[in-house]
Amino acid sequence: MKYLRQFLIILAVSFAGELLNLYLPLPVPASIYGMVIMFTCLATGFIPLEKVKDTAFFLIEIMPVMFIPAGVGLMASWGELKSFLAPALCITVIVLFCVIAASGWTSQLIIRRGGKRQ
Amino acid sequence: MDITADYKERGEEAVIADMFETSVFAGVSLSLIAYAAGMMLKKKFKTALLNPLLISIAVTIAVLTAADIDYETYSEGAKYLSWFLTPATVALAVPLYEKWQLLKDNALAVAGGITAGVVTSLAVTFALSWIMGLTHAQYVTMLPKSITTAIGMGVSEELGGYVTITVAVIVITGVMGNMTGEAVCAVLRIREPISKGLAMGTSAHAIGTAKAMEMGETEGAVAGLSIAVSGIITVVFASLFAGLL
Repeated sequence: MKYLRQFLIILAVSFAGELLNLYLPLPVPASIYGMVIMFTCLATGFIPLEKVKDTAFFLIEIMPVMFIPAGVGLMASWGELKSFLAPALCITVIVLFCVIAASGWTSQLIIRRGGKRQ
Repeated sequence: MDITADYKERGEEAVIADMFETSVFAGVSLSLIAYAAGMMLKKKFKTALLNPLLISIAVTIAVLTAADIDYETYSEGAKYLSWFLTPATVALAVPLYEKWQLLKDNALAVAGGITAGVVTSLAVTFALSWIMGLTHAQYVTMLPKSITTAIGMGVSEELGGYVTITVAVIVITGVMGNMTGEAVCAVLRIREPISKGLAMGTSAHAIGTAKAMEMGETEGAVAGLSIAVSGIITVVFASLFAGLL
């Protein structure tokens, strides 16, 4: 029952996110609104951490599995992707590595500089 | 129905295809078994190339193609896996909340890391598109490739890109990030947990975050935050970059 009750709370917050997505004219998906709502509820103490924690970590743990259908969906968009595959893959790989480097190095530099000053 | 007679009459393949079509569980079970097999292989051989997500996707596509089953049929059952994505993203607020003090103490690093990542993503995509001579529509299709699907689709549509291809490159980016991110961080000597999380979340959205969660709770928390923040910053900056080509 504990897991079910926790899941219900997370679903209710997801639903609130869907409502915001429906009524606010911003390009923000329901899941991101939901994340913000959940965070706000935790931070204000409206939802105590232990009322959602176990199920939240279970959902996060099995998260990679949730992307399988999207990946298999590549077979459906293959026809459109095929003609454009070489440049798309090339950009995808290069940009991926550049972004990892930019985000990682920039933040690491800031963290380590801050550390030295203290 | 007498299944043996059915086999004789129509051949084994037709009957198996029928079962796939009528069963909601067949496709999903196949995907999950392939995922579990991938987990075992990864544990045994300890190499990032044996990525469970990639193995599951590849095996599922191979079996569906071999059995001549289309994606819609598979999706009839598999959509229930995707259904959990919204609650799972909402759940990312929990580690975020637990690590909030740490993130607040490093607010400048977090903001700087995400902004640098987003600008790099857009700028390098522009540079490569320009070098390779892509059309405007192809270019804007690629622009939102580093961010989460739900936001990326909207950006692509708004700018006049091919939304289906955008979704495809977003997924490819995520799976590649999930596969190689940890190794790339090691090679680039990105060692701070916060920085690793920022790199995973900003470069490979939720699929990268799933991997960051395995790397550590701080990595996961900051990657989850990066999905939201980088997505929103991209919405703003993408329209500026779209005018360049």
